[in-house]
Amino acid sequence: MNQLLTETLSNLNHKKALIPFITAGYPDPKMTLPIMHCLVENGADVIELGMPFSDPMADGPVIQKASEQAIKQGTGLKQTLQMVYEFRQTNQTTPIVLMGYLNPIESMGYEVFVEQAARAGVNAVLLVDSPPEESADIQTHLKAHNMQQIYLVAPTTSAQRKQLICDVAAGFIYYVALKGVTGAADLNTDAVNHAVKALKATTQLPVAVGFGVKDADSAVAVAREADAVVIGSALIKIIDAAADNVESVLQQVGEFMRPIRAALDSL
Amino acid sequence: MNQEFNNLPDETGHFGRYGGNFASETLFHCLEALNAAYKKLKTDADFQQQFKQDLADFVGRPSPLYYAERLTKQQQGAHIWLKREDLNHTGAHKINNTVGQILLAKAMGKKRIIAETGAGQHGVATATVAARMGLECIVYMGAVDIERQAINVFRMKLLGAEVRSVDSGSKTLKDALNEAMRDWVAHVDDTFYIIGTVAGPAPYPEMVRDFNAVIGREVRQQSMDKIGRLPDALVACVGGGSNAMGLFYPFIQDKEVAMYGVEAGGQGLETGRHAASINAGKVGVLHGNRTYVMSDEAGQVIETHSISAGLDYPGVGPEHAYLNDSGRAKYVTINDDEALAAFHTLTKTEGIMPALESAHAIAYGMKLAKSLSPEQHIVVNLSGRGDKDVHTVADIEGVSV
Repeated sequence: MNQLLTETLSNLNHKKALIPFITAGYPDPKMTLPIMHCLVENGADVIELGMPFSDPMADGPVIQKASEQAIKQGTGLKQTLQMVYEFRQTNQTTPIVLMGYLNPIESMGYEVFVEQAARAGVNAVLLVDSPPEESADIQTHLKAHNMQQIYLVAPTTSAQRKQLICDVAAGFIYYVALKGVTGAADLNTDAVNHAVKALKATTQLPVAVGFGVKDADSAVAVAREADAVVIGSALIKIIDAAADNVESVLQQVGEFMRPIRAALDSL
Repeated sequence: MNQEFNNLPDETGHFGRYGGNFASETLFHCLEALNAAYKKLKTDADFQQQFKQDLADFVGRPSPLYYAERLTKQQQGAHIWLKREDLNHTGAHKINNTVGQILLAKAMGKKRIIAETGAGQHGVATATVAARMGLECIVYMGAVDIERQAINVFRMKLLGAEVRSVDSGSKTLKDALNEAMRDWVAHVDDTFYIIGTVAGPAPYPEMVRDFNAVIGREVRQQSMDKIGRLPDALVACVGGGSNAMGLFYPFIQDKEVAMYGVEAGGQGLETGRHAASINAGKVGVLHGNRTYVMSDEAGQVIETHSISAGLDYPGVGPEHAYLNDSGRAKYVTINDDEALAAFHTLTKTEGIMPALESAHAIAYGMKLAKSLSPEQHIVVNLSGRGDKDVHTVADIEGVSV
């Protein structure tokens, strides 16, 4: 499954990819696996799985709170990798992107992390505080295991940096739709589409849009030019609001995902 | 030792393997703009002249190098000199940096100032310069710290700042820093973020050091005037490490001058309840730079403990990490009870009440003096005054005031 992410995104036949984000171990460790399968059943093309971290600087309050709760219940990097491993026992076709921050990985060691992530079945990583300038070491290890590193491009990223990022990125480019943290409001969809169009002229890689996408309407609005849409905080809120049992969470997650999938497919 | 220390960080903001720009892409634009503006003004004569003028007239510099005669006699060892940063406007070295950064903010045309604070000293120092410049000021502070530092919160409000309570994570300094970063990302166009210590992504460690280096430059001159030579050793407390970096940096090429950074040993390293990142943490990435970080087995950043709120930070400036590994500076620890004892000793012996942060440096300075000969001289950075800690000391000793 080495190039699973690239294959998946190139075999969409003009369909827009839907990439839900969830925090591993939230709301409790037992629910992560059922939620992941539920996301796939309801139209997820790729899953972005958050590795809980104590100091998630680029995330908003919703994902921060989910991380805190996950950590409190014992989910860290090791447990997250174990969840991916278990997911892969029954699903070998849905790409998994691990999203998180460097410190837990530094603590484990780059080499050990990449080796274990590859063995668990992770296809790519998105490390928020590891920009291209600081990624040389981990890139060496990732490449040795055929794993891809995804990078963010922000509305404020200069043309020069965009080029730098596109040169080292693999899998897809993640375009940050707003100036702010994950889950913030005020999407200017025209500006997003304009920026994504320009970005696609710079890179052959697919472009995903995230931060601030919360429902079918906003997903459709930012998907005009993009290849994929990432939804995180809104999904975490749905999980948060559901009653504290697996059935209820899965039902709510399904109901949240289906209209977004349908709306993207109608484009 | 053949390393060159005075040309760090390198062009990419690294001090050896430490420092750097481990920031989210959403922050890069701010950091690049800040870096460009700082590099330009660092060598701009008008800017430096204005900075110097403000340090003289607003802060009250130079601060004296005071000979602690009775303390020296008591230790029966090396001569102890105190660099009196406690006499600065607002009562600590923190103002050196905020005076510098606010000038930079003005030069960059920013209208809105944000800052993080733990004990409230940096928040007060920021609110002070923002008031002087007539700029809007928002200070992020952990909910736990707001509770502990009510007087500083009120001081900031009197100065016209808005204090925003941070309820995430451990609700202390590190979380306030996260929140300030988030604010900055969302308001990049009009906002300047004044970080209070030599941590954070480049160029902050370099910039905050440079603005505090006036401390070491003055000590050099004052040592020549009063001792006739450079001192044998420098001692300063280290949380993030801005007062220590400010004292050390101008001496960094003078290999005959020993340097000691004093970390908060809290209740003892063996208890795990301390804030000694270099002595007991491991290399990691926090708040945009690679450095020593206090984290658990899983790499989660852990809560730290110190009697002094200003040292209660789970990271340390990357340049200190570098100075430690290269052997140029030595990092030691002083526990809560030793710091408290030194607080009392200095107060009673010299009539100077030190901040609990600075009391860590005093405690180590006394030990060090004892181990040296009477011909030697050490300079201890008295980074702040102790008025703010009177309630803490009273609480610990069961006195109601």
